Amino acid sequence: MDAIAKSARGATQLLTGNEAVAWGARLARPQVCPVYPITPQTPVLETLTAFQAEGTFDAEIITPESEHSVMSACIPASLAGTRVFTATASQGLLLMHELLHYASGARAPIVMANVNRTVASPWAFWPDQTDSLAQRDTGWVQLYVESAQEALDSVIQAFRVAEQALLPVMVSLDAFYVSHAMEPVDVPAQADVDAFLPPFAPERRLDTAQPSSWGNVVSQDMYYRHRQAIEEAMARVPALLAQADGDWQRRFGRGWGVVERYRCDGAQAVVVTMGSMCGTARVAVDDMREAGLPVGLVKVRLFRPLPVAALRAACAGVRDVVVLDRNHSPGAGGVLHQELRAALYGTTNAPRIHGLLAGVGGVNVPPRKIAEFVREARDSEPRPESVWVR
Amino acid sequence: MIAIAPVQDEMLCSGHAACPGCIDALAARHILAAMGPDTMAVIPPSCMAIIAGPQPMSSLKIPVYQPTLESSAAAASGLRRALDAQGKRDTQVLVLAGDGGTYDIGFQCLSSAAERNEDILYVCLDNEGYMNTGAQKSSSTPHFARTGSTPSGKLSRKKNMVEIMAAHGIPYVATASASHLADLRYKVEKAKAIRGTRFITVLIPCLDGWGLPDDAGLTAARYAVESGAFPLYEIEDGARVTLNVTARPRPVADYLALQRRYRGMAEADVATLQAEVDAAWEALERRAAAGAAAPA
Repeated sequence: MDAIAKSARGATQLLTGNEAVAWGARLARPQVCPVYPITPQTPVLETLTAFQAEGTFDAEIITPESEHSVMSACIPASLAGTRVFTATASQGLLLMHELLHYASGARAPIVMANVNRTVASPWAFWPDQTDSLAQRDTGWVQLYVESAQEALDSVIQAFRVAEQALLPVMVSLDAFYVSHAMEPVDVPAQADVDAFLPPFAPERRLDTAQPSSWGNVVSQDMYYRHRQAIEEAMARVPALLAQADGDWQRRFGRGWGVVERYRCDGAQAVVVTMGSMCGTARVAVDDMREAGLPVGLVKVRLFRPLPVAALRAACAGVRDVVVLDRNHSPGAGGVLHQELRAALYGTTNAPRIHGLLAGVGGVNVPPRKIAEFVREARDSEPRPESVWVR
Repeated sequence: MIAIAPVQDEMLCSGHAACPGCIDALAARHILAAMGPDTMAVIPPSCMAIIAGPQPMSSLKIPVYQPTLESSAAAASGLRRALDAQGKRDTQVLVLAGDGGTYDIGFQCLSSAAERNEDILYVCLDNEGYMNTGAQKSSSTPHFARTGSTPSGKLSRKKNMVEIMAAHGIPYVATASASHLADLRYKVEKAKAIRGTRFITVLIPCLDGWGLPDDAGLTAARYAVESGAFPLYEIEDGARVTLNVTARPRPVADYLALQRRYRGMAEADVATLQAEVDAAWEALERRAAAGAAAPA
């Protein structure tokens, strides 16, 4: 079956996470795609350019000299009223940092895939979420995905949420575990995706027919109100994502939630983590349940805005929360650990929160280790700081 | 005296925030009038961004996107491609950037846009330094000029941006001066009719930064051309050189004497600068003559 026929009918394909991202982007029909290669994101770029070469993807692809210029090009393209997609990783994301703030300030609903990779120095290429977690204050909605299928679905859902909230959305997938691992992926039919995701038609845009400007100097009061408006938009995101995901589930038979609770019924302890670590934790939870231990998994799919209400509900009545952080914020420890502590602080019968720096730098964390971490946490007092474990 | 036709279809409104006597606004007025209403402007932080005005006001009658200082050409590329995707291929994308945003911090993405031959007109309003922050040196600041960061005079020469841009092989590169408005209008209109990356750098004497009386901006701009310190020329397709003003009636010393930024220059330094200008001028004359003699 050729690629065009596959796209029309929908089909299961064997795809890597990166290819699934590119398929998600293609099905979302972006009009402008500035993109710069970086390991391990490069296959996203090459899949998109291959689609374009075979005539199945007609976006304007721009190949600037840096990720900084990629994001610089994304913002006004979005403000002109076109749908914009890009992808990056690690150092590339860090190089964009200034423009990430600029994009959310401009209320540009850009969607970007980020392949989570260690940040230098020293150089390394392993799965680690410090790159995107270090961007948590930039005003981007952040999703973390566990599989190639979830990556494809999330890119399309991200456009819907981005364009409703007028906020940029980042979809992060772990280097290699997700970006390069192949799995059967259901690639929806174009017409079905079109029915889910209407064309981007913003009310306000850069247009010579109705001249208006973006970026001019503002007063203190205007700036203050602008930030408030961004916060209000962020506050709408959990509901918008739940809505988009619910609609997706009705149409395609699978959903991913905002926060997923896996085997949490009656759980005395839950593992809380993000990205590919969730796949490992599922196996660990299954093993522990089989051994009679009431343990569940809480997967944080939406990290920004942090879905505080959903997390509080997921952790209510649980004695021990074990947070696995595949990231490192020097001086603070694990980012998700600190975020969870803040989210659960002041709740009635707040659980004991154990923060574990597990898998930092791509160190392997097998299921038996996770079971071990949970048993140790259960038998020890939680500490305010994150603990290095392997 | 050359009579300049009054600007028709004003695109720059009065009441803007330029300094009294500033000729940046004068140049912008003519550039914008030549570009017309089917144009989008990209204006990074610079004097021109101040002139464009604070929200909710805008002194330009066309849409303006203000990018970060270092990203004008990349932003213009994104805007260009968005317009292309919408089928608005005739809408012009015009960058109005300063020399700091062009020669220095915005250079990397400008080179990249030129390499891709993005369909944009990039105008550098070149006042030879960071004048919006109170006059510090940029790589466009000329040899010996005093600025806040070169209080004893700049030790190195002005970066030759025109040649660098021409070396990309883009269709059109030119210099212009606010003192020669007919030439400026001609070049903007010529550039407007060309597709691909077009680059014009316009000399804009900064009254405050150069140490000029309020009414001396145009005189300084004219002396820069007449002394050969800032020759007016075009380079098409990276090769064909046209010298637009071929006479050079003034010594550089006349130009320097107008400006406090060259105060107290040693005679030997003036001679050095004159020799640099002579050498550059003669090289330009040779290339222009070679271009004229070459078969079409």
